[in-house]
Amino acid sequence: MPPMLSAKRLNAYYGQAHILFDVALEAAAGEVVVLLGRNGAGKSTTLKALIGLVPPSAGEVVFCGERIDRLQPFQIARRGLGYVPEDRRIFTDLTVLENIEVGRQPARQGVPSWTLEKLYKLFPNLAETGDRPAAQMSGGEQQMLAIARTLMGNPACILLDEPSEGLAPVIVDQMAAAVLEMKSEGLSVLLSEQNLHFAAAVADRAYIIEKGRVRFNGTMAELDADDAVRSAHLAV
Amino acid sequence: MSSLVIQFLNGLAGASTLFLVAVGLSLIFGVTRIVNFAHGSFYMLGIYVAYSIISRAGAGGGLGPAGFWGGILVAAMVVGALGALIEILLLRRIYHAPEMFQLLATFGIVLVIKDYVLWAWGPEDLLGPRAPGLGGSVEILGRPFPEYDLALVFIGPLVLGLLWLLLNRTRWGTLVRAATQDREMAGALGVNQKWLFTAVFALGSALAGLGGALQIPREPAQLFLDMGVIADAFVVVVVGGMGSIPGAALAAFIIGEIKAYCVGIGQVGFLGYSVSLSKLTLVAEFIVMAIVLVMRPWGLLGRQQGAQRIAAGARERPAAGRAMQIAVLAVAGALAVMPFVAQPYTIVLLIDILVYALFAASLQFLMGPAGLVSFGHAAYFGLGAYGAALLVKKAGLPMEFALAGGPLAAALGAVVFGWFCVRLSGVYLAMLTLAFAQIAWSIVYQWDQFTGGSNGLVGVWPAPWLASKTAFYYLAFTLCGCGIWLLRRIVYSPYGCALRAGRDSPLRCDAIGIDLARLQWAAFVLVGTFAGLAGAIYAFSKGSISPETLGIPLSVDALVMVLLGGIHTASGPVVGAAVLTWLQDTVVRNTDYWRALLGAIIIALVLVFPQGIAGFARRRWARSEAA
Ligand SMILES: Nc1ncnc2c1ncn2[C@@H]1O[C@H](COP(=O)(O)OP(=O)(O)OP(=O)(O)O)[C@@H](O)[C@H]1O
Ligand SMILES: [Mg+2]
Repeated sequence: MPPMLSAKRLNAYYGQAHILFDVALEAAAGEVVVLLGRNGAGKSTTLKALIGLVPPSAGEVVFCGERIDRLQPFQIARRGLGYVPEDRRIFTDLTVLENIEVGRQPARQGVPSWTLEKLYKLFPNLAETGDRPAAQMSGGEQQMLAIARTLMGNPACILLDEPSEGLAPVIVDQMAAAVLEMKSEGLSVLLSEQNLHFAAAVADRAYIIEKGRVRFNGTMAELDADDAVRSAHLAV
Repeated sequence: MSSLVIQFLNGLAGASTLFLVAVGLSLIFGVTRIVNFAHGSFYMLGIYVAYSIISRAGAGGGLGPAGFWGGILVAAMVVGALGALIEILLLRRIYHAPEMFQLLATFGIVLVIKDYVLWAWGPEDLLGPRAPGLGGSVEILGRPFPEYDLALVFIGPLVLGLLWLLLNRTRWGTLVRAATQDREMAGALGVNQKWLFTAVFALGSALAGLGGALQIPREPAQLFLDMGVIADAFVVVVVGGMGSIPGAALAAFIIGEIKAYCVGIGQVGFLGYSVSLSKLTLVAEFIVMAIVLVMRPWGLLGRQQGAQRIAAGARERPAAGRAMQIAVLAVAGALAVMPFVAQPYTIVLLIDILVYALFAASLQFLMGPAGLVSFGHAAYFGLGAYGAALLVKKAGLPMEFALAGGPLAAALGAVVFGWFCVRLSGVYLAMLTLAFAQIAWSIVYQWDQFTGGSNGLVGVWPAPWLASKTAFYYLAFTLCGCGIWLLRRIVYSPYGCALRAGRDSPLRCDAIGIDLARLQWAAFVLVGTFAGLAGAIYAFSKGSISPETLGIPLSVDALVMVLLGGIHTASGPVVGAAVLTWLQDTVVRNTDYWRALLGAIIIALVLVFPQGIAGFARRRWARSEAA
């Protein structure tokens, strides 16, 4: 079976600055894949290139059998690729429910579909917050809201940019449980992380990115066994 | 007491109208980030369309209230549909262009709509019918108050309420508010911005059309409504905070009330002088705006906009190359011998070109090296022209003094305007410069005794030794040439370097102790002086001046000249001035609808060179280098 999401020879620029060099990665259906790398390695840029926010200058991205690298973000999102940015980008002028409403898309065939009740089960903290302005949420709640908002689009695959960043340890555990829950629903998850423990808790496979190039590609077990790779490319 | 109440109601009626126009502008800006210059034109179209519908089908056709109010709604919808069409055909192509070009494109629309109205409805004022059943007045605390105005008092809040429901109680409204805050994120969540933008633009245009149509019983349809209304709307939107609907309502209320009280109070004695407050209504607006912007640079309920690039394009080259120096000398030489070879008419045209070249060069200095947008550059030109003319006519000074005094007057204006302007950036700055120019214009336009009002001043002739066109040509040639040369020298002086450093990296400048705001203020005064010199020369070359020397169209001409030639080259404005002046001269002589033609040219330019001609040229150049 072909992978759900695959990128080949992906290159991306910010203005004149060449950031991604021939990045290649894959995520199969129901798989959790983690993108590891130091600050500024290009993890966020990779995810942005996949969702179309930083249109790739070269390379190809295939999602569910369809080329998406020339599409606009909204077209990509409507095909079932969800994206949760690093800085969450909650609509702080809107209430919690309105934020979720913005993400709502029609249900898709063969893809887990989400309702408010299901989202509240995933993130119980959100349950009582419906009419609160999103601006009043704590960092952890905002992260949950950002994910809930994207799930409301019923994606087949979700891109999570550093979901554990800046969160209290309890919340990080909750987040890890949520990722595994999404996986058990049948969702593919591609996340970027600097927190190796978080990655180890949720991921099946890992890529390590360094200066915009993929330096390692293997299962979590292989990564765990390879001290050299970890000390060379990750800030441990 | 009762008169205070009546004035308050008058203020509310005015505020309703202001709100209807401003809210559409604010809505459109919030979502699309386009500052729609044509918004006043939509308002004007609203009146004209409503006039046609109602006078045919409505009150005149015996349909009564249904015909009247139905006609107003249909007029609003017609304008909304036109807005949608313009968005789809034109604006969609330029959302990624620098804001300057977007503003210019919408100004092109202003020109086209104006000539369309002229063509379709003719130049005469058209007075519409009264609202059936609301033609009289009611008694409030013993004083009569027009029934229709009372209706307006309710219509404003009604529309506000409906808009609130639309934006807060529908999915569409939620998406609009989300896109207003972060349209990129909304897109990544699957929101198709294209149709959202079209719908918002249509809604905003329809609101402007509604605001206009509702004026039918109150004021005649006139051709100059567009500019007056857009200035008002800009002020309201800036005061309220761009993109904020409650802000627009609040600002409309404040400004509407202040205007009403100014009109109502009328003459007041002050230190033995009698000051007419009613004539100063526009200045009142300005004072409100100035106070608000100093205290809250993003308006009462607005929030900070991200930094915006004025215009993409090549940066200054270090210095002129040999070829360039030779070209400049050749052009100067050719200009010097012109009076011996050219027709008198050509000499007159050349004087115009020289004056506009200096004017455009001063704007280029502000926009290029200083990185500040000005949409009201004609203010300094006009102040220079009026300053010089008034010194000759009222103070009886010789022309030579007046020629020096004009720029001084402009510089003084720039000291005041610039002080406010350097506190802002991006769209707010552009709007503020425009508002200042409009205010200067309205003062000159309304102050009959001193400035001659709409007739302007006549008999502003140069000294006898400059009476011949040839002598005057050499004067203009010398002064404008020196002015342009000086401006260019300043770009490479230590001051110019600091200014450019501030443009490219404000934070780093701050870190090394450069007081950027002060440098930029100085830049305003500097360019104001040179623009004023251009204005003073202009006044003596024509022998008469009118408020048009301060008008928005002239400011836009200057912008077109600069953008035509390229924002980051010193020769650009000279080339731009020559091309545009010649073009206008030719066009005006050949058609009655020169505005529409100019508008079409502007729109075409923006569509063909969405990154500016300079940016286009640079890319071509870079490509040929790479090849
Ligand atoms: N908007 C931008 N403009 C220019 N360069 C950028 C921009 N955003 C990121 N970069 C640069 O691109 C490179 C990759 O950045 P990216 O955000 O993808 O890294 P990252 O791996 O996500 O790092 P972090 O762990 O800090 O989030 C960095 O060198 C960064 O400086
Ligand atoms: Mg990142």
